[in-house]
Amino acid sequence: MVFEKMAAIIAEHIGGDVADITMDTTFEELEVDSLDTVEMVMKLEEDLEIELELEESFETVGELVAFVESKLVTP
Amino acid sequence: MSFRIIGTGSSLPSRVVTNDDLSTFLDTSDEWISQRVGISERRICTTESVAQLAHKAAKAALEMGGITPLELDMIICATISADYLAPSLACTVQQSIGANCPAMDINAACSGFIYALDTAAGFFARGFKKIMVLGAERLSKLIDWNDRSTAVIFGDGAGAMVLEAGDAYLSSKLQAKGNSDVLSIPQPIGHSVYYENEMPQPYIFMNGQETYKFAVNAMCADIIDVVKLAGLELDDISWVIPHQANARIIDTSAKRLGIAPERCLKNIDRTGNTSAASIPILCDELFRSGKLNDGDYIAMSSFGAGLTSAACVVRY
Repeated sequence: MVFEKMAAIIAEHIGGDVADITMDTTFEELEVDSLDTVEMVMKLEEDLEIELELEESFETVGELVAFVESKLVTP
Repeated sequence: MSFRIIGTGSSLPSRVVTNDDLSTFLDTSDEWISQRVGISERRICTTESVAQLAHKAAKAALEMGGITPLELDMIICATISADYLAPSLACTVQQSIGANCPAMDINAACSGFIYALDTAAGFFARGFKKIMVLGAERLSKLIDWNDRSTAVIFGDGAGAMVLEAGDAYLSSKLQAKGNSDVLSIPQPIGHSVYYENEMPQPYIFMNGQETYKFAVNAMCADIIDVVKLAGLELDDISWVIPHQANARIIDTSAKRLGIAPERCLKNIDRTGNTSAASIPILCDELFRSGKLNDGDYIAMSSFGAGLTSAACVVRY
């Protein structure tokens, strides 16, 4: 669920096709920098009505999705 | 009764430090800094003290306001990098310009200048006639110059405003959300023979991602709130003067708010982030630009360590 949401947000942010985004896609190949990642996380926070504390940087879409999922299971 | 702004002034140190200068000793590049932060160059003190920068800004503001230092009823200075912990920078300025009024500093980090304006508004409500408010910083002494994530961002400078009793300060909002994990600068270490805990180095620490999130959320919410409190619509605002922390924060917030980029002012490409000094420096540039028309509404917005944020609306 988080991956689908994240992929949609990324595709919208870069103006690309959601089908091109996989868990292994790196932000570098999407030409997305760390502040773009923050903006996309902010969008995800709004969509899911959650608040995430960002402490690390992410290289792949999968790493970011795993981070968000880990925050969702722990209350 | 609140106030109106009758004079502004600013001063930057003479030494220009470009991104290329920084990349001679840091693993960074002009491209990286320009893209992530929007800074091309900043001014860094070589021999200037904060007091000297503040003095020049104060004199210029007094001159524009057409008043003498002895007419001032109060001097309030927003700073986190004064030459002394005590006396306050405001007292140093009081002496150097030859004023004879109470003087004090305020620390709300990068939000300090608007906190200081709002404090001044309280004194105007008590009947004060003329107050000088300054923002002045020498952040270059609080930077770990080996840390490329912070060394490229900050700059030194000072700005001042002379305020007179009036009715042009239309609304304000101050916020604090106590948190020293995201953004902090420890105090100098000292040499107490009794203190047993390890002391952190007195350099700026910043979690850039969390700071970015806080800044964009605060700037958007605060501007909407102060515009509404002033009984205005966003379209009525002629100029937005945001704290110059990062061009991306400003651009993203302007886009979210639907404010045209040319109305959302920036000088960060030339000054870097000068913390509490950024808003009065940019205000001074606007006031001297000839672009202002009588009755223009100006929204100011700032955010920083605390975490604090502040915003206000003034009429020109």
